[in-house]
Amino acid sequence: MEYYFGILQNIGFHTLLGLSAYLLLLTGQLSMAQVGFFAIGAYASGILTVIYGVNIFLALGVGAIIASFFAFLVGFPALRIKGLMLVIATIAFSEIVRLYFFNLRWLVEKDGVEVGPDGAQGFREIRYFAANGWEPYHIVSFIWIVVILVLFALWWLDRVKAGSVLRAVGEDELAAQSSGINLTVVKVSAMTGGGFIAGIAGGLYAHSTTYVDHNSFTILLATFAVAYPILGGLKNVFGTLFAVIFIQGILIEGLRFLGDYRNLLFGLLIILVMNFYPKGLINIPIFNWSKLVKRRDL
Amino acid sequence: MLKIKNIGKNFGGVKAVDDLSFNVDKGEIVGLIGPNGSGKSTTINLICGVFPVDLGNISVDDQNISSLPTHERVASGISRTFQNIRLFKDLSVWQNIWVALQQDSDQSSGWMQEWFGNSKLQKEKIKEILVFSGLGDRFNDLAGNLSFGEQRRLELARAIASKPKLILLDEPAAGMNSDEVADLRQRILDLKKLGLTVLLVEHVMELVMNVVDRIVVLNFGKKIAEGSPENIQNNKDVQKAYLGGA
Repeated sequence: MEYYFGILQNIGFHTLLGLSAYLLLLTGQLSMAQVGFFAIGAYASGILTVIYGVNIFLALGVGAIIASFFAFLVGFPALRIKGLMLVIATIAFSEIVRLYFFNLRWLVEKDGVEVGPDGAQGFREIRYFAANGWEPYHIVSFIWIVVILVLFALWWLDRVKAGSVLRAVGEDELAAQSSGINLTVVKVSAMTGGGFIAGIAGGLYAHSTTYVDHNSFTILLATFAVAYPILGGLKNVFGTLFAVIFIQGILIEGLRFLGDYRNLLFGLLIILVMNFYPKGLINIPIFNWSKLVKRRDL
Repeated sequence: MLKIKNIGKNFGGVKAVDDLSFNVDKGEIVGLIGPNGSGKSTTINLICGVFPVDLGNISVDDQNISSLPTHERVASGISRTFQNIRLFKDLSVWQNIWVALQQDSDQSSGWMQEWFGNSKLQKEKIKEILVFSGLGDRFNDLAGNLSFGEQRRLELARAIASKPKLILLDEPAAGMNSDEVADLRQRILDLKKLGLTVLLVEHVMELVMNVVDRIVVLNFGKKIAEGSPENIQNNKDVQKAYLGGA
């Protein structure tokens, strides 16, 4: 049972990360900074519960706000660059964040033990859940409630004008500007929102694994974050969810019995999917199961 | 209403627009013509703020807009269509209009309501604009699935949705057959009836000569003639610019 809870948790974090990248991709920004925001959320909320003894809900919220503040700051220089240059710049941001936490030592004595981030040793004993009597299924449910709320919020966004505006900017910036849209507001808002989602995901991750270090926040994770919405398709939020289940659930967990061959098949399957469904997994007919995924009519 | 005063634009030493001045009065349809590379599209882009002018200034209703970003120029009443159609192809027809739809200033519902609300009034406006543009039966189709002529009409509809005073049409008849040109001519006259001012950049003389009140002719970024369609057709400089030679 623990094993399945673990997989569910993992799919939860990755879905949140993927959705944060999805929001940016709608505006045409391919951002590798999501893992940086994820790390900021993880460390910030961990420090709040461990060192300051703050309640988990408040800590997650404040962690997400701090992450979104950094995303807001990243949003402005990101306006001026596009495509591969943006990828490189955001990779640089994520590396700066990772190296900052690699060097961050902030140890405080609590009940005779030293707690807090300890540089390369990582940040151990983020034990809010255990200390407050949360069972594993409480934690999984909590993570998935957050995932569903974020999924719903982004789904709802496509029902109001803001969603169309985001997509318009992603499709054609000049046409969007010429229709009266302020690109700065739209792109920086998307970056800030993406940072918020990644920040919550980071906080949940830190508390459910109870341990983070700089190795948890490598560029590989940033690559996964953008791969989900690209593989899933941008037609709606569910594409990202399917892509996470496909990669984390089926390819990584489901093919474990193949041993080292898994990695070969992993790449092959992704190439196949992208060739057969270039606009994303969401376009596979079996996924057109509900009115939820239909486009909104006038 | 549109006053262009001594504007200039260089691209790496090439004078794309050189000391150009002209006015467009309220309610007028003005044609901007000239051979290929004469600076017509550059002039449109300067008016819209796609890039800034190097010299001179542009004003609308006596408000200097030369240094405003594109979206603020839209708010001050300028909208446009593009030479190569630029719709939001993965959005539906009505969403293309929604994106550009400007609220009436007397509607004080605020940006929260506009961006995140679900207003009946907005939907009615969108319908009205699409019916006016002859797209009444295509509300829910993807813009990318429309025919070429319909895409042109949708682009025009989107330009109307931002409540402009002045519409800039950049070669709207490109690639159209003569029936479609006739339809376009009627639509441009309809814009005039709505009280809009139109600046039309066009190569298709069949359209220009039959719809405009006045013509400005460019060659090598300079204005070489200005006047009524009849005068322009008989102007020696214009004939020389188009036909070349002595």
